[in-house]
This record gives sequence, structure tokens and C-alpha cells, in this order.
Amino acid sequence: MEKTLKKYFLVFTLPTLVAFAFAFIIPFAQGIYLSFCNFTTVSNAKWVGLENYKKAFGSSQGFMNAFGFTAGFTVISIITINVIAFSLALLLTRKIKGTNLFRTVFFMPNLIGGIVLGYTWQQMINAILYSYGKTIVSDAKFGFIGLVLLMNWQMVGYMMIIYIAGLQNVPTDLLEAAHIDGATSWQTLIKVKLPMVMSSITICVFLTLSNSFKLFDQNKALTNGAPMNKTQMLALNIYETFYGKTGFEGVGQAKAVMFFIAVAVIALLQLSFTRSREVEQ
Amino acid sequence: MKKKLLSALLSVSMIAAMLVGCGGEGNADSKTPETKAPAENDAEAPAENDAEAPADNDAQANAGGSVYYLNFKPEVDEVWQEIAAAYTAETGVEVKVVTAASGTYEEVLKSEIAGSNAPTLFQINGSVGYANWKDYCMDLTDTDLYASLSDQSLAVTGDDGKAYGIPYTVEAYGIIYNDAIMQKYFAMDGAVVTSVDEINNFDTLKSVVEDMQAKAADLGIDGVFASTSLMPGEDWRWQTHTANLPIYYEFEEKGVSDADEITFSYGENFKNIFDLYINNSTCAPGLLGSKDVASSMAEFALGKCAMVQNGNWAWSQIAEVDGNVVVEGDIHFLPIYTGVSGEENQGLCIGTENYWCINSQVPAEDQQATLEFVKWMINSDAGKDYMVNRLGNAAPFTTFGDSEKPSDPLAKSMLASMESGKTAVPWAFTVFPSQDFKDDFGAALLEYCNGNMTWEDVTALVVSRWAEEKAAVAQ
Repeated sequence: MEKTLKKYFLVFTLPTLVAFAFAFIIPFAQGIYLSFCNFTTVSNAKWVGLENYKKAFGSSQGFMNAFGFTAGFTVISIITINVIAFSLALLLTRKIKGTNLFRTVFFMPNLIGGIVLGYTWQQMINAILYSYGKTIVSDAKFGFIGLVLLMNWQMVGYMMIIYIAGLQNVPTDLLEAAHIDGATSWQTLIKVKLPMVMSSITICVFLTLSNSFKLFDQNKALTNGAPMNKTQMLALNIYETFYGKTGFEGVGQAKAVMFFIAVAVIALLQLSFTRSREVEQ
Repeated sequence: MKKKLLSALLSVSMIAAMLVGCGGEGNADSKTPETKAPAENDAEAPAENDAEAPADNDAQANAGGSVYYLNFKPEVDEVWQEIAAAYTAETGVEVKVVTAASGTYEEVLKSEIAGSNAPTLFQINGSVGYANWKDYCMDLTDTDLYASLSDQSLAVTGDDGKAYGIPYTVEAYGIIYNDAIMQKYFAMDGAVVTSVDEINNFDTLKSVVEDMQAKAADLGIDGVFASTSLMPGEDWRWQTHTANLPIYYEFEEKGVSDADEITFSYGENFKNIFDLYINNSTCAPGLLGSKDVASSMAEFALGKCAMVQNGNWAWSQIAEVDGNVVVEGDIHFLPIYTGVSGEENQGLCIGTENYWCINSQVPAEDQQATLEFVKWMINSDAGKDYMVNRLGNAAPFTTFGDSEKPSDPLAKSMLASMESGKTAVPWAFTVFPSQDFKDDFGAALLEYCNGNMTWEDVTALVVSRWAEEKAAVAQ
């Protein structure tokens, strides 16, 4: 068996590898190369060294502001999404009537595209703010709250499903033992259930972290950075740099490379942090 | 054996999943799949179908050159498909027309021109666009296209004085008004003036507008001006078109046509007209951040307001609104008065942002085919008919006779203004430093309406952003 697997290894993996190389590795390498170039289209690049990286931190670039906004948004949305999703998961593993219906309904927003959600929520939030003579772009805090609301609405159902799977895997003998030992339900939750679903927490925090950090569609549709780019997140900032200004394609590319590194570092730190808290069953 | 089968099945399903995944990603990459995809489909299907048949008979005659036009205006996509088919039927040369979705032209052009099948004919918006695309713009000085221009100074020229971009239309913008509502007002007791002709400066305009706003209910309108659309991406009528006037007057005063720095000395004039727009409108200033151009054109078409600032291209938009109550004969242009001395003689803002360029990096036979194609557009009866009557272009070429002018009401009003001897205001905004500058200006206007910025802040931002962006782009 081992031998046949080895023999057919290439046959089975080559198509994937080729596709992966074409769709991912080659563009990725080219992207890094382009971040050191001045270019209009990808085929006529001129090497300029670190120039693009210097320009990316220029005051008019708004890169650091976007980073700050993104970081703040990510922190808030990780906390809210995971807390709400976990609470829902707890509620919906209690064998309430209609559990499946609830699970489906909560999960559904996740199936709608970001642009559509962005415009829908923009209309809804504006409808409320109209009565106060304001709109979502009147103040940056409305945009921030709107984004958090939107992200929660979209992501909570998905995370809930992962937590439900985790909670259902908690061994019943452990729960019984805790019950017999006289643990309150709060103690059971903190001391038994939470450690046992740590692997789900790792996944959910990772997904919310990377999704929040890379958020683009929702940001573009909901506020498009208004007012004054105060609600502009990193991905949108990169997009605007690339397409908004003549001769700044390379700077946009440099920002994209830094963005990649930042997301990778933060995500890896988070993974090692939550992994270390997982317990073997 | 069973395991082997299982692993084979798994890898097949993996490949399948991966292919599906890639397909999905491709869509996501284009960022505007819902608008771009249909345009492209429409674009390619007819062009290619029609191209096949005649090309077979005639393939040798045209030595394999073909035309690929990347069209800028989604609203005339269907017409271009028809033109492509008609040209192919007549000459056997294959013509492909693809239209970029609104606001995505630069992005589509960037990706298309880098591909192996690059557009042979594309468009730039003037000297700033030329700076971006000069590596791809062919020298057009010795072509019929350039020779036929009625005013050769209209062409976009490079530092070497040669022509690289040829305008295919001229356009105008101003304040569009609905004469039916104006006449109703003039008939009222105590009307400030009794004819539109008397409105020839800002002070008169202001008093008329404010009086009309006070009598809005009697006039049956919600406000004098349509809402000043300041939704991000929908603010070009102000940060580009209205902003043209103060910049034009500043350049005139200094005797220049471009500058690395501006003082925005006519900023007060901008504020004059902008305040008039936002304070005498169908909605409160604080709500403007949620309004787009389409909704303000709809307000005008439905008779909820009397005036709206836009250009002659807006006619089709007005005419297409369901329940449109505006009569074709009732809509005309008024110049945008801002309170500059001597503006009684000011006309509409006339110019163009539409220049044809031929790709210098495609094979010579394709360039030749493209030159033939544009020559056909401005010389043959069929081509000219398309240009004028279907595309609504006021084509600035000597090959067009007096009778070959567009006949929609706004184009007529534009031509009348050009002939009236008033000083047309050229489009100075083609030298605005970048899209970023315009977007920031628009964002500042929004903050001004929201009460988060004072006018001094806006002025300071315009001055500093102009200098920064000019410096950045010059590098």
C-alpha cells in the first residue's frame, strides 16, 4: 500500500501542485517582485528598490490610520462575534424545540455576499439615522459600529456551528462526573466545557481574526471609507492606492506585501497562543 | 484495492473542489462581478458571432488585423455592439467591443492591456491620463483622424508636441432646469424676475432660487435643486465639475493652464454656489451622504425639483426614468454662476474627457485596422450616423456637416450656447492631480455638510492636497 501510494504520488498531486503554482505561488512571487518596482501594468515593471516602501508610510497615504482602524475593529469584532456565537451555541445544544430551525436561520447570513450585505445594512442603518438628520457617513463612529454589527450578523452563525460541534464532542462522562461532584453549571462551563472546546476556539478566533483583518467588500459597500477615509480599512486602503492615483501601483503592491506579513504574523501568534491552551481529550 | 479506489476518488474530488474554488476566486477578483460580468458577456457574444462569418470570405483582404475597443460608457454599450457588427458585415474586419462597468475603466484597462489580447483602441481622460498611459499611446499626428479635427488644439499632445489622444466628442455641463416649473414661478405674484434670460449672475440666481424655495409648496416641488449627491463615489459633479470653475478662474488670473500649487483664491465662489445647492434642496444637508447621482436625476425627472447640475449626457438618464414628467422641450442649460465679476458673459463648461488612443504595443496590422475603423466612424455615412444619432456625440471633426449634430435637448442647448458668443469655460479639471485629490475634496465637502468641518478647513485641505498630489504624481 505504502509503495503504490508512493508510485502514484505524482499522478495524484501533480494537477493540484500545478494549479497551486499557477494560481498562487507564481502570482505571489511576482507580487513581491512588483512591490520593488514602478509599474502601470504587470508586464512593464521598472526596479526602484525600497522606494515604494518609503512612500507607503507618507502622511497622505493614510496607511497607519487604516491600520489603527482595522486593528480596533478586529479586536472588537473578535470579542463580540465569539462571545455571541458561543452563547448561541450553548443555547442551541440544550435540546430546545426547533433547534435545527434556529441553527439554520442563524447560519444563513453567512451565505450572502459581502457587497450585498454592505448595501443592505447601509440602507437599514441610514433608515434609522435619517430620523436624527444623519447618515452613516456623518460620523466615523457610525461607520465603525455599522461594520461591527454587519460582521457580527454575518459571522456569528458560522462560528456558532463550529462551537456547537465542539460542545457536542465534550464527553458526557466528564459532565456527569462534574455534576456528581456538585459543580454548578457556571463551574462546569468554565472548568470543563471551555477547556474541552479550546480547539474550536482556536479555529473560530483564527477565522474571525483573519476575516476581520482582511475585510474588503463590506467596508467598500457600507461606507467606502467615508468620512475622510476615517473608516477605511487596510484592504480598501491598498485598493485605493493601487487604482486611485497615477504611478502608485507599486506603492499599493508594497502595502499589500506588508499587509500579508502583518496578517501572517498576527495569525501565527494567535494560533500558538490558543493552541498552547488546548487540552488532549 | 478498496483503499486505492478511495484515494483515487478523493483526489478526483479534490481537483474538482479546487477547480470550483478557482472559478469562484476569479469572480471575486474582479470586485464588481455583478456589474462587469453582464457587460462583458453582452459585449463579446454579438461581436464574436458576427465576426466569424464574413471574416472567412475576406480574411486575406485585411491581412488579419483586428480591432478591440475598450469602451468607457456603459450606457452606449449596445450601440457599440451594433457598430461592431455593422462594420464587420461591411468590411470583414473583426471588431470586438468590451465595456468596462461604470467607474472601473482604469482597472479593466490595466488588466486588459497587460494581457496577450490587448485593446487596440482605448480612451484616456486628458493629460493626466496620458501621463499614466504614455507607454501605450501611439503617435497619431500623421493620421486622418488628427487631420480631420476641427480644432487640432483639442488633441492631447505629449512633451514632443505630437498628438497622442484625439477627442471624439465635446460635452457641456451647467445647471439643467425644467422650464415648465420656471414658467410657473415667473407667473406668480412677486416673482423676482420674469424670464430665465434675466438670470445672468450669481446674485440674481440666488434671489430667484431662495424665493422659489420659499414658495416650493405652491410650485409643487420638494426643493429647487435636486439633492447634492455626496455618497462616496457619487460626488464627481461637485469635486470635479463645480470645482472646475474656481480653478479655471484662478488659472485665468495667473495666466497658466496648470500649476503645482494653488491658492484656491476663488474658493469663496465655490462656497457661494455649493451653499445655494445644499440649502435649497429636496433634502437636508445632513442627509446628502446617502444620495447618489441616479436618485438626484430621478428627482429632476419626476418634477420634484426645478434644477440639477449635470451635463448633456444626462438627457438619456432623465428620459429613461419611469414616470418621467419632464417634457423634452422644457429642459435647458443655465451656466453655473458663482459670483465672479463679469460672469454675465460666462457660458457653459465645455470640453471633453474622452480621447481615443491607439495602443502602440499591438501588432502593426491591428493598429492599421483600428485606424481604418475610426476613419470609418467619422467619414462614412453609416459611421457618422452612429456617432451623432445613436451615441449622441457632438463630434469635433470637419467631416461632420451642420445637419449632422445631435438633436437631444441638452445637446441643442449646448450648441446654442456655443454659438451665442458667450465665453465657454474649458474643462480645467483635466489637470486635477489625481482621483485621490478629487475623492478627498468630495469627502471634505461631505464633512462640511455634516457640520464636522468649517469652510476654512475645506479650503486648507484643497490647497494642501493639491500640492501633495501634484508632487507625488510628478515623481
